[in-house]
Amino acid sequence: MTDAPLVEAPADAVAGEVVLRLTDVVKTFPGVRALDGVQLEVRAGEVHCLLGQNGAGKSTLIKVLAGVHRPDSGTVEWRGEPVTFANPQAAMRAGIATIYQELDLVDDLSVAENAFLGHEPRRAGFIRRGHMARRTRQILGRLGHAEIPPSRMVRSLPAAGKQVVSMARALSHEARLIIMDEPSAVLAHDEVGNLFRIIRELTAQGIAVIYISHRLEEIREIGDRVTVLKDGRTTAANLPARDTPTRDLVSRMTGRTIEYVFPDRPATDTTGDELLQVRSLTRAGEFSDVSLTVRAGEIVGIAGLVGSGRSELLETIYGARRAESGTVRMGGRALRPGSVGAAVGAGMGMAPEERKSQALLLGEPIYRNVTLATFGRYARFGFTDTGKERAEADRIADSLDLRPRDVRRPVRTLSGGNQQKVVVGRWLLGDTKLLLLDEPTRGVDVGARAELYQVVRALAARGVGVLLVSSEVPEVLGLADRVLVMREGRVVREAPADELDENTVLDLVMAGSLMEGAPA
Amino acid sequence: MSETLPTAAPDRAADLPAQSPPVDPAETAAAGEKVAHGGATGRRLSWWSGDNGEGARRNLGLIGVLLVLVVIGAITRSDLYSNPDWVWDNTLTILKLASVVGVVTVGMTFVIIGGGIDLSVGAIVALAGVWCTTVATQNFGAGGMIFTALTVGLAVGIVNGVLISYGRLVPFIATLAMLVAARGLAAEISDKQTQISDNQFINGIASNSLLGIPLLVYILAAVVAAGWVLLNRTTFGRRTVAVGGNPEAARLAGINVKRHTLMLYGLSGLCCGIAAVMLTAQANSAQAAMANLYELDAIAAAIIGGTLLSGGRGTIIGSLLGVIIFSTITNLFAINGLSTEAQNMVKGGIIVAAVLVQQVQFRSFTQFLGRNRLTT
Repeated sequence: MTDAPLVEAPADAVAGEVVLRLTDVVKTFPGVRALDGVQLEVRAGEVHCLLGQNGAGKSTLIKVLAGVHRPDSGTVEWRGEPVTFANPQAAMRAGIATIYQELDLVDDLSVAENAFLGHEPRRAGFIRRGHMARRTRQILGRLGHAEIPPSRMVRSLPAAGKQVVSMARALSHEARLIIMDEPSAVLAHDEVGNLFRIIRELTAQGIAVIYISHRLEEIREIGDRVTVLKDGRTTAANLPARDTPTRDLVSRMTGRTIEYVFPDRPATDTTGDELLQVRSLTRAGEFSDVSLTVRAGEIVGIAGLVGSGRSELLETIYGARRAESGTVRMGGRALRPGSVGAAVGAGMGMAPEERKSQALLLGEPIYRNVTLATFGRYARFGFTDTGKERAEADRIADSLDLRPRDVRRPVRTLSGGNQQKVVVGRWLLGDTKLLLLDEPTRGVDVGARAELYQVVRALAARGVGVLLVSSEVPEVLGLADRVLVMREGRVVREAPADELDENTVLDLVMAGSLMEGAPA
Repeated sequence: MSETLPTAAPDRAADLPAQSPPVDPAETAAAGEKVAHGGATGRRLSWWSGDNGEGARRNLGLIGVLLVLVVIGAITRSDLYSNPDWVWDNTLTILKLASVVGVVTVGMTFVIIGGGIDLSVGAIVALAGVWCTTVATQNFGAGGMIFTALTVGLAVGIVNGVLISYGRLVPFIATLAMLVAARGLAAEISDKQTQISDNQFINGIASNSLLGIPLLVYILAAVVAAGWVLLNRTTFGRRTVAVGGNPEAARLAGINVKRHTLMLYGLSGLCCGIAAVMLTAQANSAQAAMANLYELDAIAAAIIGGTLLSGGRGTIIGSLLGVIIFSTITNLFAINGLSTEAQNMVKGGIIVAAVLVQQVQFRSFTQFLGRNRLTT
């Protein structure tokens, strides 16, 4: 019985040796300079943390390292030699494994089949199942999870278990560098400790880890060095993870080069009666005990990271998800839970987070997308009045300065910003009293952003209440009258926007916990 | 309804509520007029395209295919085609051949555009046909028979819809189960016998003509016209496209996706009820095995007609052309004395070719989307 060699740490791994060095890496996409001069140096056996706000270029950087994208210029040195990975398989073979936030496992294959997916041990075309199971067991043992049977279906594992399988896959490739994209985001609090134990085991064997997280406390606990990205550039490299003051880290991430233009808040308080009242709304695992109000003419902003429960909260208020407990009232009347129709009937409208998949009929003309929620109102005896619809859509297109202007063009031919105008414009028709905006400026260029801000402010001036969710803190602070900060499904702070600054909010959403006066 | 709107232009935004006047209904009407007549920038849309230029182009392609088939017929049987009377008669034969499947295909087109599939149409036709020709039903006369067929079709369609919308069954599975069950029930009711229709009015639907055109062709024309109006001119049709094109977007826009899905299957069932009357009239009888594999003919015709199997796109005219192309092929083989086996092979090839053409278009579309995503 010839046994394959145990999966072990690369014998020639020298702790402290630089394994990866990026110099002036640039990557542009049409219209966007996603990476604009990135420097990064990773040593064997260290946990190197990448820090940056949404859109700072972390995801693009990971994809360059994983062989998904090729850099336009700059060099990537891997173990002393300049490399360009043609595809993800090449990066894998070189020893760089990436664990994405959405774990890329096949749910209906076993643990062992997932760990060796694409490079199953074979003999004469047949998979050596016993051998594969044995090696998987060894790898799992090395990760401290010998209790997971290799034959178990991945579907039946909890999120933490799936993450272990992803790491087992990385080790099955004999990875020397493992990139983890927000690994703690899918884990419950107590599971994070186990993740850290595994990471320490890996680094003790000389494997380098690039760790991406928004949570400063984690970076302090597990990280060795920190590199900060902002707008596609490295703004600070190789800071000590434990000792660098939070203030320094945060200021390297902010201080943006792009200035947003926000409309002025009205000088006098013009807000009216309470429009939306949410009481103790809860959905287990998403958010709990959230209470908030929005008054007519008021813009309320919710700041929070992806995974803080903000989008789920918005969808639950809108009836797209059913609350487990708590109530949503519009103008004093309780809404039927889990019914979008009831919410729309009560005067709510929503621009959801994923424009393309949740809001638009991409192949349909612009005007039909604008009237998607209201076409029934223009109809007589069930017959649509397309002339009237186009006229109404034309009016919206004029007032939103939609480009191109022809409302019969398919909506997919529009830019992101103009698509968003179509989605917002949909709720300008009819009698929308409360507009829910989920990441309204994602993928929207700077010019269109300013226009959208104007539209939102003008709506509020007309007496429409707005509840805005954004992971861009300046946007929430600049646009909203009142701000709620969410972290891990709870509202941790509520204050008028002018009493908060970007650093305070960032600190709150990241649980840096250095700020005083914030309720836990 | 008329209300002021915010504007994006920053210089106008500040004093907006005071400045932008309420929209004058007359003005709106005038604007509608202008747009309805094509405006200055846009191209004029064909009346038969249902505001969908892409569908119109596709339909022109189908008419081209149809012409090619006719030309092939004219070349291979130039003796027959030299006689105008025969050509007219033969055209009516083709249309008559297309009529029953055509009616079923109209319902199927709605279901597929709405993001579903109905495998049970053939079985529903059989069940409705058998039910309306039982001795008890025939006692109520032609009206009773027609009412029974339509009611049975509608009811079975609604059962499909309930299973799919509220029972959350995959349409493929739900209607596959219905295919088996409805034929079983039809066999049970008819005791596996062929039930003769004694009703002269019913039988006359297939044999009588008006102004030289068979009644069956009128029924097909009426159903197609109603289907076209329903899809292109009513809120029902608009919801169908929305629900099939992006169910999540439809739901978040306040459309009741479940109820609408239910109605789509009801509509398909109703079309099957109409088809059951037509088919019973043609055969002067009904039996549990009738309308065998109609589901495949209807799906194939809809797909060839440009209906996207994943939903959200399709035209009634395209589906009609799909059905007519199929019956023209059948006719072409018949007048040339060729076997049905060869015919089926050609039909199979045409289905594959149609889907391949669709895929090429779809791929360039997704590539376009992919490119857009990178820029954001």
